[in-house]
Amino acid sequence: MGAAHGHRLHHHGHSAVHRAPAHLKILTLVGFVLLVVATPREWYAVFPAYLAVVVGTVVAARVPLGWVLRRMVIEVPFLVFAALVPFVAHGPRTEVLGLSLSEPGLVAAWGLAVKGTLGVMASLTLAATTEPTEVLTGLRRLRLPPLLVEIMSFMLRYLDVVTADLGRTLTSMRSRGCEPRSPRHWPALARSLGALFIRSYERGERVHLAMLARGYTGTLPVTTATGTATTTVRASGTGR
Amino acid sequence: MHVPDGFLDAPTSVATGVVAAAAVGVALRRARTELDDRTAPLAGLVAAFVFAAQMINFPVGAGTSGHLMGGALAAVLVGPWTGLLCVAVVLVVQALFMADGGITALGTNVVLIGVVTALVGYVVFRGLQAVLPRRVGTVAPAAAIAAFVSVPVAALVFSLLFAIGGTAPVDAGKVLTAMLGWHVLIGIGEAVVTGLVVGAVVAVRPDLVRGARPLVAARELEIRTVAA
Repeated sequence: MGAAHGHRLHHHGHSAVHRAPAHLKILTLVGFVLLVVATPREWYAVFPAYLAVVVGTVVAARVPLGWVLRRMVIEVPFLVFAALVPFVAHGPRTEVLGLSLSEPGLVAAWGLAVKGTLGVMASLTLAATTEPTEVLTGLRRLRLPPLLVEIMSFMLRYLDVVTADLGRTLTSMRSRGCEPRSPRHWPALARSLGALFIRSYERGERVHLAMLARGYTGTLPVTTATGTATTTVRASGTGR
Repeated sequence: MHVPDGFLDAPTSVATGVVAAAAVGVALRRARTELDDRTAPLAGLVAAFVFAAQMINFPVGAGTSGHLMGGALAAVLVGPWTGLLCVAVVLVVQALFMADGGITALGTNVVLIGVVTALVGYVVFRGLQAVLPRRVGTVAPAAAIAAFVSVPVAALVFSLLFAIGGTAPVDAGKVLTAMLGWHVLIGIGEAVVTGLVVGAVVAVRPDLVRGARPLVAARELEIRTVAA
């Protein structure tokens, strides 16, 4: 339960992309994906250029391409949907490999797949090259409401604790012949989730009491990404 | 149900982003009244709980799986504004750290999965409480119905957004029927799990369930003597 959890999607490194300030990376990501989304999908020549930009960033960050590709499975359900569009869309039909497909539907499917893929790749690049604490510092610099960033930091701080708690519960359910995913065992799963809620809520109450004991008055002292837990305690312990 | 990048056009994505930002802004102020200075740690832990609950995938059939959305569940457990905030934070974390849900579709996702499910769920829940007998036992069924209603309403709002800013030439009516039909089914699952979870918490710690608090407070302390 150290203070800084390395996240599952983070790929440790020291490249220029890793070192770039987080708020600039977030702004670049949002601007880039917005540009991709706003580009008309018929401008076929532009998309390889976008792809080159993303792949170039991944290479510059020295993150293996295969590492990114393997984590892109998250968009598979969406690609399946995109593949269905030519079948259900209206407009003039065309024959492809003996199937009657809608022409505007094919163009739309291309647009959905390419824009979704670029978005996922760009987001993965941010996640791979930026530590969660740096992202939080970046969001704070981007003037997100401090309370929102605090809630996010507490969520990220205890995410592994709570999910591991759930993992152990599910393991013990399975070891007793209970399959949590099956609707037949939903009552048992729901009781476990109820217990997990109570445990999480009570942990929140204890965290709050521990903060009060260290002089918390409603705002957290801001620590930088390199700041250690000791400075947090010292800063809040001086009774402001 | 997470909307990816490029599914809705840029103007619609920006517009939903503005709506989401406004809703989160209101929720931040209202959550303070629900939780005072405990807001940050408690909402953070509840958000971690919602994230964990969403990790359990249920097979829906045809090789796909669905998971709990949790908006109505969070609204009944911790109040609508804190609940909205928790689900919104979960979505931001998923978009920024896990590439789940597009970064430009974040506003759309917060509106659909956070704002609509939490607020609709809570309004339905409160409405049911007004007509149902004032007993703790009615909290879980009311939460289940609220969860059931919240999911198709979110699907309805999605279909409206798709009709305005959808990027695929699919008939809006077709999208609406497919989305509603599918999400009525998902809503049943959501309702069963939400009702059972709320029931489980109410059975042990009714004081923790925001939606049950008025009923718990109404109970009077009984002092009984036990024959020696």
